[in-house]
Amino acid sequence: MTERTVAVNYVARVEGEGALRVRIEQQAVKEVELRIFEPPRFFEAFLRGRSYLEAPDITSRICGICPVAYQMSASHALESIAGIEVRGPLRSLRRLLYAGEWIESHALHIFLLHLPDFLGFPDAVHMAEKHPEVVKQGLELKRVGNQVMEVLGGRAIHPINPRIGGFYRCPNREEVQGLEAPLEGALGQAEATARFVATLPFPNVEEDYDFVSLRHPEEYPMNEGRIVSSSGLDVPFERFEEEFQEQQVPWSNALQSRTKEGRTYLVGPLARFALNRDRLTPKAATLARELQVPAPVRNPFQAILVRSLEMVVAIEEALRIVRSYHEPPEPFLSPPTPFRGGIGRWATEAPRGLLYHRYEVGADGIIREAKIVPPTAQNQARIEQDVRHLVERSIGLGDAELQDACERAIRNHDPCISCATHFLQLDLQRD
Amino acid sequence: MSPPRAPPRLAVFKLASCDGCQLTLLDCENELLEVTRHLEIADFREASSAVIEGPYDVALVEGSVTTEEDRRRIQEIRASSSTLVTIGACATAGGIQALRNFADVEEFRRNVYPSPEYIRALATSTPVRDHVPVDVELRGCPISKHQLLELISALLTHRAPDLPHDSVCIECKRRGNVCVLVARGTPCLGPVTQAGCGAVCPAYDRGCYGCFGPQGTPNAPSMIHRLHELGMSRAEVSRVFRTFNAASPEFRRASEGEAREGESS
Repeated sequence: MTERTVAVNYVARVEGEGALRVRIEQQAVKEVELRIFEPPRFFEAFLRGRSYLEAPDITSRICGICPVAYQMSASHALESIAGIEVRGPLRSLRRLLYAGEWIESHALHIFLLHLPDFLGFPDAVHMAEKHPEVVKQGLELKRVGNQVMEVLGGRAIHPINPRIGGFYRCPNREEVQGLEAPLEGALGQAEATARFVATLPFPNVEEDYDFVSLRHPEEYPMNEGRIVSSSGLDVPFERFEEEFQEQQVPWSNALQSRTKEGRTYLVGPLARFALNRDRLTPKAATLARELQVPAPVRNPFQAILVRSLEMVVAIEEALRIVRSYHEPPEPFLSPPTPFRGGIGRWATEAPRGLLYHRYEVGADGIIREAKIVPPTAQNQARIEQDVRHLVERSIGLGDAELQDACERAIRNHDPCISCATHFLQLDLQRD
Repeated sequence: MSPPRAPPRLAVFKLASCDGCQLTLLDCENELLEVTRHLEIADFREASSAVIEGPYDVALVEGSVTTEEDRRRIQEIRASSSTLVTIGACATAGGIQALRNFADVEEFRRNVYPSPEYIRALATSTPVRDHVPVDVELRGCPISKHQLLELISALLTHRAPDLPHDSVCIECKRRGNVCVLVARGTPCLGPVTQAGCGAVCPAYDRGCYGCFGPQGTPNAPSMIHRLHELGMSRAEVSRVFRTFNAASPEFRRASEGEAREGESS
């Protein structure tokens, strides 16, 4: 056989609809195409003509797994146009909400999507038959993340409470203090999770990633920071579009990003951890030392370990904010009048990595242009490289084993295909 | 009830959507393992790589029809499912992506796409019900976890699910919220929006924005009149009806009427 095609027609245990096609010729990998066939929904097109105040509600619908990330990047970008700077207790509340989303999203991926690969099950439900305590622990961690989002956001999926300038209503002290005990329980469970996943059998693989993430002077990055990379980039986030470019490929409904030099790069937990190891919270830092987690982690399969450490970070941060909470005097800041409009850019760290938004808004408060670059679109080309290397290493495997291995290589990066596909400009094919 | 010998087979499918409604099933953290003791999850790609071929007793379908491929796929799903349940605003009303239904196609086309020939999409986003008969609809953007569990319990015990068609106002009263519309003059779509969310927005000092779509007997003209009294322009009123259920018949009529009047005045 000189030519062979390995196809995964539907990548399971990822968010959204994707497929993979690998073409092998004369024992060499010729093509790797991560095909994203998730239908485009054209958010950037229909954001035009909407009030800037509507953007947090609308953009949250890009992703049911990480709606807060969209609300945060949109709110900050638009507040920079409106002349609002959210500081102090309101800023802390946003960080608490974002931490809730990190906990929920990471717990979902670690326990329900990723761990079945390592323990040899098709899903968490089957895994629960053999490892009930592990699955229950995962569901409990996920529940606590959702509980934080419910208190701060009103509900866990598409929270209704965040708005431009802050929140519609700030939770009172009692509501926030009610989170302390569940978060304390979750902290112990998250530490146990990290210790447990550190014992998993990891394939011996190292990838030469160019990591890209935000970096903040004091904190593990969530809502703000400069864009830094492992190849030495260090620029304000406003320069995102000058440093990174998107290109279209025929096989995918998502644009692919590369650096301006044309190289692939990686965003997400591995990148954040590599570039912010000195910003870990105390227990996460101790745990990373105890478990001898390499710096940086270049083995994509160990992303599950890094996600566990980030879950500890998010819970410690949430606890810190909950314990010092005082209800802010006002739930939100209003824009200074008159509103002049302009262009605003921002980047935050979604659970899956850097999420960039740019808006142009008129003096009437109506959005003229919107651009959104989600983490999975940025990682797409790099994930294809991971798959190529895997196939090169494992070319002797049979088709079924190779397909399975390819799916695992994709799942390592927790791609969110619904996010990646939201942003294509509209081309209509008439009915 | 004791689990039957052959548990009903459940499948979860996705069309154009954000994954949030199927995530709601995984968000039933306290109930998930119990639910799976009574049902066999036969096809749920977001959660499992094990796939059992149809037919299925129950299919939950998230998302709207926006491509030729999905138009074909929904026929197959219907053919292989005894009970078809649509979950969420995309599947029941076309979702936020149905805003394209109102767009001037030529205006959209002027937005130059690098290689538009690679992209396949229909000119409209439509609810599943426009393509195949639907047995039960769960509203909401996203759906309510409680309604999902109520639906699953009802299916398992062969009874009709309790899914009220009355307005958010009823839930607001039950929750003990102060009416944001009457007491504060905050624009609120609660009177014309179907219950199910638990009146979450008014509980957070915010007006309802209609994510559960129109209630059974909405009085949209009266709602619009009140919104104008509160100082909203026709363009603004048109926009509040054009969000996640923009293509539902009642909200579409309301937004189109306001857009038309706005242009002629």
